[in-house]
Amino acid sequence: MPDYLPHTDEDITAMLEFLGLASLDELFAAVPAALRLTRDLALEAGLPEPDVLARARARGRANRAAELICFAGAGAYDHEVPPVVRQLASRSEFVTAYTPYQPEVAQGGLQAIFEFQTMVSRLFGLPIANASLYDGASALVEAVNLAVGATGRHRVLVSAGVHPNWRAVLATFAAGTGHQLVEVPLVEGRSDWSAAGPEEAGAVVVGYPNYLGCLEDLGAARAAADARGALLAVTADPVAAGILKSPGEWGADVAVGEGQPFGTPLGFGGPYLGLFACTSAHVRRLPGRLVGETVDADGKLAYVTTLRAREQDIRRERATSNVCTNQTLIALTAAIHLGWLGTAGLADVATRCARGAQHCRRGLLALDGVQPLTGTTPTVREFALGLPVPAAVVQARLADEGFLAGVALDQLVGEDGDGSVGAEEAPNALLVSVTERRNRTEIDRFVAAFDKALR
Amino acid sequence: MSAAGGRAASAPLVGRESEPTIFELSRPGRTSYQLPTSGLEEPGLDELVPPEHRRSEPVPLAEVSERDLVGHITRLSHRQYSVDLGAYPLGSCTMKYNPKVCDAVAALAGLSEVHPAAPAELAQGWLATLAELERALCELAGMAAATLQPAAGAAGELTGLLLMRAYDEARGERRRRVIIPDSAHGTNPASVTLGGYEVTTVKSDERGCVDVGALRQVLDDDVAGMMLTNPNTLGLFEEDIVEIADAVHEVGGLMYYDGANLNAILGVVRPGDMGVDIVHLNLHKTFATPHGGGGPGAGPVAVAEHLADFLPGPRALRLEPAGPDDPPRYGWATPARSIGRVHGWHGNALVLARALAYIEVHGRDGLLRVAERAVLNANWLRRRLAGTLAVPFDRPCMHEVVFSAAPVHKRTGASAHDVAKGLIDEGFHPPTVAFPLIVDDALMVEPTETESYETLVALAEAIERVVARAERHELADAPTTTPVRRVDEARAARTLIPTFDARR
Repeated sequence: MPDYLPHTDEDITAMLEFLGLASLDELFAAVPAALRLTRDLALEAGLPEPDVLARARARGRANRAAELICFAGAGAYDHEVPPVVRQLASRSEFVTAYTPYQPEVAQGGLQAIFEFQTMVSRLFGLPIANASLYDGASALVEAVNLAVGATGRHRVLVSAGVHPNWRAVLATFAAGTGHQLVEVPLVEGRSDWSAAGPEEAGAVVVGYPNYLGCLEDLGAARAAADARGALLAVTADPVAAGILKSPGEWGADVAVGEGQPFGTPLGFGGPYLGLFACTSAHVRRLPGRLVGETVDADGKLAYVTTLRAREQDIRRERATSNVCTNQTLIALTAAIHLGWLGTAGLADVATRCARGAQHCRRGLLALDGVQPLTGTTPTVREFALGLPVPAAVVQARLADEGFLAGVALDQLVGEDGDGSVGAEEAPNALLVSVTERRNRTEIDRFVAAFDKALR
Repeated sequence: MSAAGGRAASAPLVGRESEPTIFELSRPGRTSYQLPTSGLEEPGLDELVPPEHRRSEPVPLAEVSERDLVGHITRLSHRQYSVDLGAYPLGSCTMKYNPKVCDAVAALAGLSEVHPAAPAELAQGWLATLAELERALCELAGMAAATLQPAAGAAGELTGLLLMRAYDEARGERRRRVIIPDSAHGTNPASVTLGGYEVTTVKSDERGCVDVGALRQVLDDDVAGMMLTNPNTLGLFEEDIVEIADAVHEVGGLMYYDGANLNAILGVVRPGDMGVDIVHLNLHKTFATPHGGGGPGAGPVAVAEHLADFLPGPRALRLEPAGPDDPPRYGWATPARSIGRVHGWHGNALVLARALAYIEVHGRDGLLRVAERAVLNANWLRRRLAGTLAVPFDRPCMHEVVFSAAPVHKRTGASAHDVAKGLIDEGFHPPTVAFPLIVDDALMVEPTETESYETLVALAEAIERVVARAERHELADAPTTTPVRRVDEARAARTLIPTFDARR
């Protein structure tokens, strides 16, 4: 029977004897007999590893999407994961460690996270970045909690350009914290702050680019925040940030993002990486872990998790956040990936995405009945289209041609739409994304197949 | 006896030189990245991004060759203790061996290269994976339905509290308090606050279990529920669990089970059979998915039938096949009174796939053996070390045992913290220190089922040697064999340097 347990029969006999027990069952004497499971679990018997792998491969084959050329994005992107990043991030020293409670034997992971924090800080143009949160959505939840805590105001203006799933997560957790969420609609792909009302607020949240790919006017968002005494929280695409002005430069108090594009595969949505950066003013409200530099007993440079007084094991019900286990391995992966890309590489990837998206957008907009959904507002690496037929139909037809055509927006916002896509537009709306992995031939074939699928 | 393999004493933690940061290794003009051939025209940035949105300079990252990057990260990996290196008896964290087959499953292109918004018809293998895992976890927990979305244990806790809240509201109530024992994990009270509830702490009795009398005194119709870890953080099974659950249910409250310690009871007893309504499971602990240096984990939440309607959605469900000979089909469904999403997509999917592989390779028989061996190992250490360290609650434990170094501390001045640092020099990762809070100088040891008898002996002997060193007042300098010596944590907080740019 396959397993990973080292005990021989002799070991078990000797250990039980040492304990004065006659059987393994007696180890559980403290469990009331009436509660004990008296049958086998309704699970299969253990399978040998090759059988388990074969079964997983069969499930993989049932995922037709894995084989398709990917034009889907919406916060999850098909970027290159180079072999060197994959291999380094798979080192078992990192994979099989845990939270660095003992810094003397965790300097490797701690230093990698220190480097990660530095890279995120530079990327977002803000001086403080934490050691990661679960994903972009959870980073947004924590950003809003920070802003509400800092301002004492529970009203939160959330642009409809923030990813619909992230807004949904925000709404779920607002049931506990009591935040009052106000959706700010988009007009031609940009937030219309005048629709929000003049009342004071704790946070103004806006995407850059927003989930429809549009470049928001962050100056207007900053002004909307200032007029209401709110902090400005920006949900930023970290790849586009390679060529865009940083949230910090625009005056954001907090910037969050989804770090999946940095070395992590699509993986059906996880594990991903919540990026979180803020101004120095808010460091003591920072959620999650923070690595800092210090010295050891000999005065030698060392790293350690710091400002621990914020954390739950010390502050318990008064902690700034309940996040404990986060996404350290994915943060480390991102640090390796950003080290591999380097200064020139990040800008090159962002530029390549923008070039591919521009080429693809032009091609698709030339097709009969295809309209831009966001007017003339500039986009960078993805864009929303209104189609003459339901987006789900186009997706299904293009899958047969070998393409994942994009994300049907009614899948994200529902059939009734929301402040980003109206009920009339939603069923026919498609969000298309292009990464550096898509070459001209693929894009041109995609446009030709798309044309056929519309007929 | 043959030599023990569970120590890191022969690990390649060579020398005591610092490793420079990647920013110090950087030289302008050096690169390692490569992009695929594109064939696209190459318009400049001014044709792609309006000037008011363009950044003036590239983001300054590092500029290193691939060889230097590999050297840097590999050297960092040599400065990191891990399960694969040696025993890691970190109590409450279940640092067991992580079977490599699970990594192989997660690396399959058919799973890792699937977009999370792919239509269900194109992701049938993933929906099957999620539905299968949900079924297995519900069977193990004795529950009716589960959400796989929560990304970690604490996210599961908060999800569970929001379920409690939704259930409360659905019956037209607004209860304000949640009860937690004083031995609970710190995330419990933090989650309670974020769930919009107030914490009421109930103390443990002299046996280390919930004081049922004290519990009854704080129970009333303002109590939404109680969070309980069982076995608790002292490694003890709450023998009065039925009485506790009944008392909470009598005032209309729900029982929340923190599954951090589920490893001890797999196939032996199920939370659902203890009267529990809501459970979160830490897949990185019990199902070895692994820990990743502090995540990613996964914290699915399973519930009893009366709460299934409130679960986050969408959930992957097995649909009725069109005909008797047709293959199974899967689709998404959101429960009718769902509290909403708690994750941007479907949870930490590749972690979930690992957990399913772990369950499949162990099976019903193997999972029971896991619990038995984990409890056997912990009890052997408890008995073996009872003369060396104090055992505040000296009765049979489950998967972990909490020792106290308080007598050693009083006698020698060496605290649990010092003992932990001494153990590092012996080649072992230390136990959890100073937790649970209700034990002075706590050393919480969870050997897990994957450590051999020889490793347990080696660990026990190492702890005995460290205590002997304490008697000789030799621990103040420990550790001495690590890349850095004892780290000044106070200074890090006082003079905050959280980035290379803050270094002066």
